[in-house]
Amino acid sequence: MNNPAHSTATVYVPRDSAARSVGADEVAQALQQAAARGDFALDVVRNGSRGMLWLEPLVEVVTPEGRVGYGPVAPEDVDSLLAAGMLDGADHPLRLGVVDELPWLARQNRVTFARVGVTDPLSAEDYEAHGGLAGLRAALELAPADVVAEVTASGLRGRGGAGFPAGIKWKTVLECADELKFVCCNADEGDSGTFADRMVMEGDPFMLIEGMTIAAHAVGASEGYLYIRSEYPDAVATMRRAIGIAREHGWLGRNILGSGLHFDLHVRVGAGAYICGEETSMLESLEGKRGTVRAKPPIPAVEGLFGRPTVVNNVLTLATVPVVLAEGAQAYERLGVERSRGTQVFQLGGNIARGGIVETAFGITLRELVEDYGGGTHSGRPVRTAQVGGPLGAYLPESMFDLPMDYEAFAAAGAMVGHGGVVVFDDSVDMAAQARFAMEFCAEESCGKCTPCRVGAVRGVEVIDRIVAGTHRDENLALLEDLCDLMTEGSLCAMGGLTPLPVRSALTHFPDDFLGGRRLLDIQPVRATGPKTEGTA
Amino acid sequence: MTTSGNDVTVESVVRGVVARHRGERGALLPVLHAVQAELGHVPQEAVPVLAEELNLSRADVHGVVTFYHDFRREPAGRTTVRICRAEACQALGADRLVSYARESGLPLGETAADGSVTVEQVFCLGNCALGPSVEANGRLYGRVGPARLGSILNGTVSS
Repeated sequence: MNNPAHSTATVYVPRDSAARSVGADEVAQALQQAAARGDFALDVVRNGSRGMLWLEPLVEVVTPEGRVGYGPVAPEDVDSLLAAGMLDGADHPLRLGVVDELPWLARQNRVTFARVGVTDPLSAEDYEAHGGLAGLRAALELAPADVVAEVTASGLRGRGGAGFPAGIKWKTVLECADELKFVCCNADEGDSGTFADRMVMEGDPFMLIEGMTIAAHAVGASEGYLYIRSEYPDAVATMRRAIGIAREHGWLGRNILGSGLHFDLHVRVGAGAYICGEETSMLESLEGKRGTVRAKPPIPAVEGLFGRPTVVNNVLTLATVPVVLAEGAQAYERLGVERSRGTQVFQLGGNIARGGIVETAFGITLRELVEDYGGGTHSGRPVRTAQVGGPLGAYLPESMFDLPMDYEAFAAAGAMVGHGGVVVFDDSVDMAAQARFAMEFCAEESCGKCTPCRVGAVRGVEVIDRIVAGTHRDENLALLEDLCDLMTEGSLCAMGGLTPLPVRSALTHFPDDFLGGRRLLDIQPVRATGPKTEGTA
Repeated sequence: MTTSGNDVTVESVVRGVVARHRGERGALLPVLHAVQAELGHVPQEAVPVLAEELNLSRADVHGVVTFYHDFRREPAGRTTVRICRAEACQALGADRLVSYARESGLPLGETAADGSVTVEQVFCLGNCALGPSVEANGRLYGRVGPARLGSILNGTVSS
């Protein structure tokens, strides 16, 4: 078993928090112990996750034929894997084959996620060896207006959900005359079913730093803020370390890469307020205030952080900028359909057999995602619905799964692609309970600034309760419709404005669930004891 | 300021934290995180000191402390266990974990009588493909069923 002629093998074990949540640290430890005992010669590299989360912890070994994967590996499997010859890529019940050739991965078009899971996230050398900094170097050769033109031509739209063209936002900031401008990355995407931002920050942090630096050059900004949600402690730690390493390498700070560009970046940690994923709330929070929404106009591009012109983009948007600059706008624009250009990082979660990251051009259908990639439910029961685009997204019945993933096609069908999160539910789901939850969540997380959201959501819970209880059902259904209209039209931001989307989609597609009697799940109120009433009705 | 030893400690901690964050723009959130990291919560006595140091009104500081879920006004148990109740974890039975905790005498938002553990809810830990998810003292656990939650609550889960 011990082969002295064997040179030291390189073994990858992810450091991504999803992999760690199912034992990756223990697996890495078991491997290191085997090496420390002198039984095997191996080096463990902690990479990001490939995004095949059902296979985590996914252990990869570098072999002449490529990186061979084994998974999901439990700590107690390590001895048998090593004994079977894992370090040479030998056969074992957990052997998956060459990871790059696994159909689930090979069929994807990984652009933003090209390096995630492949490299050591905190190795500057690894980053450059895998194409890192090519985008920044290309951008620094261009005048700011030409960088903006390139991003505009790529068709890149904000990946945070609203889908606003990134280049147009940047152009507005560039044309503002202020001496002090900011680039803010909104890493407070707290939507259920969204984990791509976290995986980028934990798996390829330099890419985000590079994207923010390109944005700074493009608009003339000197300071950047990365607002990360406190629920992601690993992302916070990894980004802080990556920023330190980037400074040491002259990728941040003064005279970046000898170009004359000065830009520095700071991490700020959120404090558990969902609403701070909304851009103006995030700006208030960065200013040290309550994270309440600001009315627009003025738009943040003109009057943003501390009243200065500010680029606010989501993690995936900024992380995609380096590849756009490195490969050219046309290469990116060629991917996708209609006005949805490039790739989207779809995130499969909830009750799904093969959950994870599917990066592919826009236009893929929901059915391909849920059935082909996802393999149906984790529970093995029939799929009943998928909620697309986060807690403010619509619940779609299986009959609508042939809809192409395209911003406009989804909008036309009364749904939204949002940030590409897909949460699957099996047939045990109670859709009246899900609709009630949408309203309850809005009541809990509303910033309280505008009445339709603050009060409407509380009334929404009450009305749904009366409908389910059968109290004046028709009158209350009409009242709920009216309330949904008012919240949609009258709310200041997407929180109140989109909460009716899950509610109405549940009512439209699953009306029977609102007749009472279908209470399969143990429905508990969302509000914890010791309620936080500040800011809610 | 009162003169009890405890208050002097709070005040000196707060002033020390503010001094370290003096150069940051809009420093109140980083300051509150740091105060909570040192004291385990943001005590009421910290509010006037923060207001004075940062040239804000007490109402402003109070408003910020109470707006954000993360800032505690009372100390928590030695371990904080947070159960994710967002949609992806709901789809995998997160509510069964909430029921289990309640039946174990630890309803959401409450601290065990012996001060060992506080159970809370959280909306999304970013582990949506491997739910139900639970976090204990900053460590994330995936695919958690009631039995595993029991081990986490009892502190017997290794590492």
